[in-house]
Amino acid sequence: MSRSVAVTGMGIFSAIGKDLEENHSSLIHGKHGLSTPEILETIHQKLPIGEIKATNTNLAKSLNLDESHAFTRAALLGTIALKEAVKNAKIKDFTNIGFVNGTSVGGMDMTERFYREYENDETNRRFIQAQHPGFTTEQIAGYFGINNYVTTISTACSSAANAIMMGARLIKSGRLDRVVVGGTDCLSRFTLNGFNSLMIYSEDFPKPFDAERKGLNLGEAAAYLVLESAELAENKEILAYVSGYGNANDAFHQTASSENGEGAYLAMQKALKTAKLNPHQIDYINAHGTATQNNDLSESRALIRTFKEMPAFSSTKSFTGHTLAAAGGIEAVFSLLAIKHQQIYPNLNFESVINETKLEPATELKSAKIDHVLSNSFGFGGNCTSLIFSKNG
Amino acid sequence: MYINGMASIAAQTEEDLFAGDLKSFQQNIFPATIVNYKEYIKPMMLRRMSKAIKMGLVAAKQALNEAGVEVPDSIIVGTGEGCKQDTEKFLENILDENESFLTPTAFIQSTHNTVGGQIALDLKCTGYNMTYTQNSVSFESALIDAKLQFAEDPDTRCILVGGVDELAKTSTPFYNLDGQLKAGEINTTQILQSESGGTITSEGAAFFLLSEIRTQDSFAEISDCMIYREISEEKLQEEISWFLKKNDLKPEDLDAVILGNNGDKRFDHYYHQLQDTIFKNTLQLGYKNWVGDYNTVTAYACWLGAEILKRNEIPQQLKLNNLDVKQPKSILIYNQYLGKNHSLTLLRSL
Repeated sequence: MSRSVAVTGMGIFSAIGKDLEENHSSLIHGKHGLSTPEILETIHQKLPIGEIKATNTNLAKSLNLDESHAFTRAALLGTIALKEAVKNAKIKDFTNIGFVNGTSVGGMDMTERFYREYENDETNRRFIQAQHPGFTTEQIAGYFGINNYVTTISTACSSAANAIMMGARLIKSGRLDRVVVGGTDCLSRFTLNGFNSLMIYSEDFPKPFDAERKGLNLGEAAAYLVLESAELAENKEILAYVSGYGNANDAFHQTASSENGEGAYLAMQKALKTAKLNPHQIDYINAHGTATQNNDLSESRALIRTFKEMPAFSSTKSFTGHTLAAAGGIEAVFSLLAIKHQQIYPNLNFESVINETKLEPATELKSAKIDHVLSNSFGFGGNCTSLIFSKNG
Repeated sequence: MYINGMASIAAQTEEDLFAGDLKSFQQNIFPATIVNYKEYIKPMMLRRMSKAIKMGLVAAKQALNEAGVEVPDSIIVGTGEGCKQDTEKFLENILDENESFLTPTAFIQSTHNTVGGQIALDLKCTGYNMTYTQNSVSFESALIDAKLQFAEDPDTRCILVGGVDELAKTSTPFYNLDGQLKAGEINTTQILQSESGGTITSEGAAFFLLSEIRTQDSFAEISDCMIYREISEEKLQEEISWFLKKNDLKPEDLDAVILGNNGDKRFDHYYHQLQDTIFKNTLQLGYKNWVGDYNTVTAYACWLGAEILKRNEIPQQLKLNNLDVKQPKSILIYNQYLGKNHSLTLLRSL
């Protein structure tokens, strides 16, 4: 019943790079990817976003799609990231592979563009179904010919983390031997205006865990991992293992986190339990750290409750922006890079600790012995998920 | 997995279904029946809730009530299209007001996991919480998750699993434009014989309280579930045989099959070929001509199958052939939408 879950490949596309190498280079050089909108058409021209500076046309060209394609932007980013992941894992045959995709925005970029056109203009009606997350997953799965177990998880900002957890469980249970997991989300006016109307959108660069934090900045990204049963991965290079996972609900408010971070605390406890680890064995935490007043305080409290002595931690959302459903995916990749290169990545823009909790994130690149990394992802609807990646199985 | 409680909200009531009194419709979009939501939700809360949240929450509470469970260990929801009503409300505001003067209420209730989150919030359930949204296999993805969880965690005693989808005033009629819905005059009683493409749609919620161990409240079993993104007609027959074999059954052992025929000439051949071959001598039931087709309508099919097993009674209006069964013991549900996202779900009596 209990089989180890090996990570044999990963791929990423974010505002700090089009592949693993570029993302790693940005992380070690402290180079963030936030800028004002150039591709996204919005009146909010001054709000910093983590935008990938490539048009849909160019992304589609790089995948050799013909003009009648129905790829949403999330599907384009996702396909590119997934390509890198499966190449990395040396996968050529997609017959017996599963796919669990996390996406929340889905094809909202197409819906908001064509919503008022559909009625009178036939041209883009192939995007009518795009509004729903499954459509984006379909496009990606279709590109590679992944035809059996294909599903989508949509738990807002914890979607990709939940997809990774589900993939690990599918392998552990023996239901699948190999599965691609992760997530993708693109920028849209819908989400930008949504978070802006909630008054939690920062007009400056994000300052996770800082006393003077002003809110989050959105980003877009896609990242996937290839998970395989340890038997199947025997002769492959194994990047790390998915050793722990925990999912809980804060059951406090539709969008806000509870004061003591109950959901986050429970998710971390469950993750440590499945990994059979004690808190002191965690070497680095890639925090959720959205840089909103509410999240960072609530998460800090949950961290203090979980860890008597705080391990090194940081929020890499200061590099990429908050990439919503994809966040758990790209942060899983950063966690795996931390294990691979034995490095802790900095939390940018940090100046002073939050008075109530006084937690100080890592602010510079550091070399360290890293065996176990914990990664947090929390979302609307009280959905909280923690993952643990370990160097050895 | 055993079913200890369940509830369904759809375009037809349970009473009409078993009284042979199902209603027909003259539109290709028709709503779920009216439910007294006030019995379950405080008026203050009710005002802010979209139909999906209301239907989901009430069906969830009814399922829990029947099973005598206050708080489940986990909540797993399938919804293909999530909270469309709030999504279009916020989107139309953005478009009308050119991204200005926006209030966030509709936005925060627009994510696909809103129903799952609202159920957790209402029940104060801090357990495992998940939302699947893979078109017509959203509900089945939730069932598979529940099955895994029972197998891996001995502490999980009961799981609330459900499917929910709602209609919305602008986004649903879009399906008239891309061929998903039937054009022209509609009479839902005739659509399964239709020679045209497209179907009819509606909305609903069906929730189940499941346990791994049989209890005194258990009345049916969900034995197994599989999903396929794409599968050929030839391969489908093989897969069904393999799926049944792994559950110690042969096609001829089944007492009934619940099929997803929706009158779309382009894709109903998936069902027809099974009706003419491996299920030729099996009682065939169809339901989408009565409750419409929507992404999580298979949660209704699952409720229907379990209700048949519980009552030992076949709703005569659903019969697609002339066979009869006295004591149904095993029922297979097969479904696909637009030739994709196929699913097999096996139900058994106790």
